[in-house]
Amino acid sequence: MTDKPDDHMIIFEDVSKFYGEILGVNRVTLAIEPGITSLVGPNGSGKTTLMNLMTGLIRPTRGSVSVLGLRADHPEVFFRKVGYCSQFDSFPRALTGFQFIHSYLRVHGYSKKDAQDGAWKALHRVDLLDAAHLKIGAYSKGMRQRVRLAQSIAHEPVVMILDEPLNGLDPMARAETIRLFRQLAGEGLHLIISSHILHEVDMMSDSVILLNNGYVVAEGEIHGVRSEMEEHPMQILIRCDRPGLLAARVFEQDSVVEAKIHRDKHGLFIKTRDADAFYLLLNTIVVEDDLTVESVAPVDDDINAVYQYLIGGGEAA
Amino acid sequence: MSSSTEVIAEVRPSRERQWSLWAGQIAAIMRLEVRKNFIGKRAILIYLLAAVPILLMAALSAEISWQQSRNSNIGEVNIIFANLYEGLILRTIVFFGCAWIFMNVFRGEVVDRSLHYYFLSPLRREVLVCGKYLSGLVASMVLFGISTAGSLLFLYIGLGSAGRSYFADGPGKSQAIAYLGITALGCVGYGAAFLVIGLFFRNPIIPALVAYGWESINFLLPPVLKKISVIHYLHSLSPVPVPEGPFAMVAEPTPAYLSIPGLLIVTAVVLALASFQIRRMEIKYGGE
Repeated sequence: MTDKPDDHMIIFEDVSKFYGEILGVNRVTLAIEPGITSLVGPNGSGKTTLMNLMTGLIRPTRGSVSVLGLRADHPEVFFRKVGYCSQFDSFPRALTGFQFIHSYLRVHGYSKKDAQDGAWKALHRVDLLDAAHLKIGAYSKGMRQRVRLAQSIAHEPVVMILDEPLNGLDPMARAETIRLFRQLAGEGLHLIISSHILHEVDMMSDSVILLNNGYVVAEGEIHGVRSEMEEHPMQILIRCDRPGLLAARVFEQDSVVEAKIHRDKHGLFIKTRDADAFYLLLNTIVVEDDLTVESVAPVDDDINAVYQYLIGGGEAA
Repeated sequence: MSSSTEVIAEVRPSRERQWSLWAGQIAAIMRLEVRKNFIGKRAILIYLLAAVPILLMAALSAEISWQQSRNSNIGEVNIIFANLYEGLILRTIVFFGCAWIFMNVFRGEVVDRSLHYYFLSPLRREVLVCGKYLSGLVASMVLFGISTAGSLLFLYIGLGSAGRSYFADGPGKSQAIAYLGITALGCVGYGAAFLVIGLFFRNPIIPALVAYGWESINFLLPPVLKKISVIHYLHSLSPVPVPEGPFAMVAEPTPAYLSIPGLLIVTAVVLALASFQIRRMEIKYGGE
């Protein structure tokens, strides 16, 4: 049997979700490939709704969702491949971290021994072995976050959906968790992550989906999204010995719309609608005018800039 | 071997594995749920409810013990127990106890915001209903079974050696088994009803009170309507007939060979309805 392309992707086909009169998400069509995909958007933009739709916790009002060709209304197959670390900070009462993970692995159908091994392995991955036998009620917020993460990865899913997984973690734990995500993505897993820490999204994501008011406003690899935003010219800082000369020459190109010499007189900010063409021109200038260039760096080629341009002020959430 | 035979041979073991998987999943759910039913704040009310008849019978026992000198006999005590059993244990303690246990089976998890852990497991929702129902049944049968047995024990202790020989050599043992069986069937019937009420209603207290009203006026209802209740079938099974009062509409008691399977069939239908509802259920804690 040959695999269909859908069997490797998460597919949203014209999906809308309304909560009564309130819009959750509208007309979402996506095809998410393996790797780390971040959902970014302000509060109420539809990130959690998309995640809940993927996992069948809610059903679309219109359209359909499939994950690796599977649908959540067949949970007995679906949730062997999918793990969801939701944002609900609540647990069954009176369980220790180990009991929590072990019990739900038993619900998956694991034998006692396999469930024990799986629980220890998952706790080890999130560095929570020391607190394994403490009641979850006594955990700090960061520990609760980690035990939820451990529970969602304990059955070794191939698709992991993580709603704000870095919330409540201290910087060390954040770095460790991001490293874990990168490692899992390297193993070929799908990771769908919502986060409001934009620089962390930038660091760990292979692609992003920007949401606002229930609509997908942009999707794809971050730099690709940025270069397609023609109404917001790309800003580039060139550190060089003669920024005045460079400023005089960059306007040979129509796509350059602004040039501004840096306050220290050793750099030039330019704004261009065609970064690739600008880099070619820069090469020419360097050769022809013997310009010494120390560095060339895009200033707003990141998720933060994309977010600001597409969604506007305020923090992502 | 033909290809169709090969296909059957391939499918059969997987079906067996399927059943064994479901059995394992139900056992895992029960381990989690029985623990919740017996431990925690919600269990306190059930312990108190189960203790009420035992304490009351203990007090009555002391009274009977004092009256023995005035010719209190087994026949009188049987009638006292039969009335107290039906009026207090069955209609009140088992009814409200099951309401509390089974309405919280799903509703309690929605309030605690922990139901999604089951919904995110590779678990058919029908299997979840089954596991949760059985765990409620274990808790209710154990607690109200102890309550029934304890009440019997305490009441007949008051009769001294007559009471002891009634259980050792007389019909006391079979009566005790019959009462325990009725309690168990009460848990089966009321449990299924309240589980489904807890799924369909955001505030299940009102439908529970309506159900209590319906069960309470059962003796006034015409025979056809009487049969749409749990208490009618349980009343028919009582080892000591309990009169329903001067205003009762008399109906032919349903024989045990019909009432027990009937109750079980109705329970199965109600659980199927619960399974249908749980398949459509979405997790929206914020709206609860």
